[in-house]
Amino acid sequence: MTSVSESEQLRYINQQAADARVNVEIETEGMTLNIGPQHPATHGTLRIVAKLDGEQVVAAEPVMGYMHRGYEKLTEVRTYPQVTTLVNRIDWVGSFANETPFILAAEKLMEVEAPPRAQYIRTVLHEMSRIANVMLGIGDMGVQLGAVTPIFFAFRDREYVLNQIEAVTGGRFHPNFDRIGGLKDDLPAGWIQNTKNAMDKVLDFCDQIEELMYGNEIFQARTRGIGIIPKDIGLAYGVSGVNIRGSGVDWDVRRDNMPRGLVYDQVDWKVWTHPDGDSYARMWVRLQEVREGAKIIEQLLNQIPSGPVMAKVPRIIKVPAGEAFVETENPLGVMGYYVVSKGGLNPFRVKIRSASFNNVSITPWLLKGVYVPDIITILGSLYFILGDIDR
Amino acid sequence: MSDVAETEDTEVAVEVDEARESLLAEITEELGDALVESHLRPGDDLWIRVSRDAWVETAATLKDGMGFGFFNFLSAIDWLPSPYGRDMDSQVDLALAPEEAAEPEPMESGYAGGDTRFQVFARVNDITTNRAVTVKVDLPDDDLTIATWIPVYAGANWHEREAAEMFGIEFVGHPNPRNLYLPGDFQGHPMRKDFALLARRIKPWPGIVDVEPMPGEDDEADESSASEDTP
Amino acid sequence: MIALAYWMETTFRSLGGLAAVLLPAGPIVYLFLFKMMSFMQSRLGPTEAGPAGTMQLIAEVGKWIQKEDIFPTKADRIVFAAAPFVVLVSSFLLVLVVPFGPDAWFVNLDTGIFFALAVSSISVIGILMAGWASASKYSMMGGLRAAGQLIAYELPLVLAVMGVVIQAGTLNMQDIVLAQAEGEIFGWGGIGNPFIFTQFLGFVIFMIAMQAELTQPPFDMPVAESELVTGYMTEYSGMRFLLFFIGEFATAGVFAMIASTLFLGGWWVPGLDPDSNLFNVLGPMVMFGKVLGVTFLVFWFRFTYPRFREDQLQKLAWKVLIPLSLFNIVLTGILKVAF
Repeated sequence: MTSVSESEQLRYINQQAADARVNVEIETEGMTLNIGPQHPATHGTLRIVAKLDGEQVVAAEPVMGYMHRGYEKLTEVRTYPQVTTLVNRIDWVGSFANETPFILAAEKLMEVEAPPRAQYIRTVLHEMSRIANVMLGIGDMGVQLGAVTPIFFAFRDREYVLNQIEAVTGGRFHPNFDRIGGLKDDLPAGWIQNTKNAMDKVLDFCDQIEELMYGNEIFQARTRGIGIIPKDIGLAYGVSGVNIRGSGVDWDVRRDNMPRGLVYDQVDWKVWTHPDGDSYARMWVRLQEVREGAKIIEQLLNQIPSGPVMAKVPRIIKVPAGEAFVETENPLGVMGYYVVSKGGLNPFRVKIRSASFNNVSITPWLLKGVYVPDIITILGSLYFILGDIDR
Repeated sequence: MSDVAETEDTEVAVEVDEARESLLAEITEELGDALVESHLRPGDDLWIRVSRDAWVETAATLKDGMGFGFFNFLSAIDWLPSPYGRDMDSQVDLALAPEEAAEPEPMESGYAGGDTRFQVFARVNDITTNRAVTVKVDLPDDDLTIATWIPVYAGANWHEREAAEMFGIEFVGHPNPRNLYLPGDFQGHPMRKDFALLARRIKPWPGIVDVEPMPGEDDEADESSASEDTP
Repeated sequence: MIALAYWMETTFRSLGGLAAVLLPAGPIVYLFLFKMMSFMQSRLGPTEAGPAGTMQLIAEVGKWIQKEDIFPTKADRIVFAAAPFVVLVSSFLLVLVVPFGPDAWFVNLDTGIFFALAVSSISVIGILMAGWASASKYSMMGGLRAAGQLIAYELPLVLAVMGVVIQAGTLNMQDIVLAQAEGEIFGWGGIGNPFIFTQFLGFVIFMIAMQAELTQPPFDMPVAESELVTGYMTEYSGMRFLLFFIGEFATAGVFAMIASTLFLGGWWVPGLDPDSNLFNVLGPMVMFGKVLGVTFLVFWFRFTYPRFREDQLQKLAWKVLIPLSLFNIVLTGILKVAF
């Protein structure tokens, strides 16, 4: 057995490090700090190479691809229902919301519309995935800033929502429940009442967290005025969802461009914006959206029509030729699928427009001149999921 | 415009059509010669195809002239039918059983035409009036280059890097043309149709596996296509 | 008093010092880190090891001891190895001047509190050593942040103590306790004069500065877990990390002893004669109880608040706490002379 001498080991390690540096443009003037890919702060395997001057960031560049799974290539060899399974895992925390735009795009090409009951349940599950996702984001923001307690409250109350999702779909995290033409199954007995109870708990959590975290002076000192995204720059980068509504842009796909197949126009709800554009504004809008989501779900559950949950579609689904783009307001932002079909069993090309990709692309611009702790604050307030960036 | 089937949608479709028709008219007026072709699906969406030289000009017109300030995405499509089969109508593995391929599939482009293999397409939204348009451009096979949109839409940076590494398209003037997802020494362009998906090379197509019955329904038509498929 | 040979006395003192530092650390870790933090976060904490999880700390000690001792390749071995001991040395030296009873003390220095404040700065060197010798950018950043923070918060600490010294009229820790036992609050001698009442502002400043000296949240920039992993402790594993870990809680206990001596009356409870021999036995227990009370406050703040950013931290120290403590000294001086 050959033994590897320590100098050889050192040489190997230095070579690996040199390779890693080759892919990085920022040269080593000042200190180059490599945040990630294994790091408690980044929500997954994101690597940020920051060139520092003391504690101030001179330039920062995210390096990603550690979780790239090649979804767009994989969709080309899967049938449409199989793609649904795949697509669950893009934003794995609010997973039902990933399926919806893809299914709606396929339904648009097939010119099939899901029955009303299915549309209501779809919207309810879409909002529940938003609540589950954003609650985790709010708790996680506390951890990023050092408050270790709010995240436990968030997880505790999120359990109720996840239990309800599991009760109807069979999966807490990857429901895989949406089908072209409707849903896989109907609601179990007692689900509506249980979900209303869960929504009450969610509203209690919102009040609790507003007092514990948002009212805390240190939290405000850490987040106010940090990471301001101006409106036009945010739009030019394609920042969407809460991140742009925190900058005062009153745009919500649920209200303005609601795709056919969801029923947001049947309930009375409000779009929240905040004029400041800083991290506090974004987190505040998130909290309000959780509250609003709970209200939307309550109203929808009161109005659910009866009927079938699946339209008449052939068992083997061949989507007619064409192209369709559907975008929905997902928890992380605006997510869209551009589906190109040639009339076969598989899609020909699916372009996945994921929200976090654009949201994080603004970080090189946003992180110039901030302190190192503010990097963490800004990333936490932008709230991305790695699977959404890397697909 | 009048071939929309459902009657209750006709009213809605006509209204939205007017908005999109006027949008198309406005674009045609602004772009003039740059606009090669367009496609409008009533009640749904608008596609335009522009010439390659006017790519950045189109972006500037849309953003500054017409208020399309939101950059949605930018990517590319490879219209070549997959030479490996397992794609839409040819459910057999053409590499393993090449004699089954009657003749190569003709390459067809999608909406708004196009006669080259690679097309770059992008989408921008105008959030104040809820309009959106998908812009396509052809790239000649021997010259896969196109100008970068970064001067107009700063967000195109990462999208162009991804399209460059996935399709092998060069974006002229991009400040940082490094790989976005792939490792530095990766060879090949994965999203091209002639790049083999290794997973499917190793494990054959499992066939039609989703045979779950619809709720409360019996077997429907299209049984014949199922019986034809043998991996 | 039993007369012992010098070597026996010294041995007892050394062992007693060790016990006084390490013994409270165990209950503090169990009660506050394992149980109180868990209950605040609506979970139970360790319940398996021993009855209600009381043996968990022993299990953890066992786990850390048997881990591999890893040295980073580029680390400076001697400095890297010595750093945890330097941090611990300051805690052991601090406990020497704390009185546990009228006759139960280790060393009765006339400049007791002065010695304590001077010695508490040794830990800064230890942290800097750890940060630098780890040869990692994260650790170095943590070490530098710690140096800045600890030095900045030394000043409010010292100035807050000045108010106590003015009121007690002495630097001797034992005499400070007696001054609280025999003093009077504006003429009323019912419960003596625990300085927490008459020096409330000083107490608040001391608690804030103590929180920062212990690098606990909201002042844990040096150990900011979500940014620097564990800051200056990142590269430590096994026994060395255990030394840091125990050192953190032991130091919290010792600082709490100092706080209780200065503000809460130390080993004395109101109602009993401070000279009686009973206090030699009761004193340590009373002190332990007060230590638990003070550390409860420290850890309660720790688990509730997010952390300050480094510049906000420094701003708080230099622009808020120091002027306040100076004002406190002036006020105490005036009132002392007037009354």
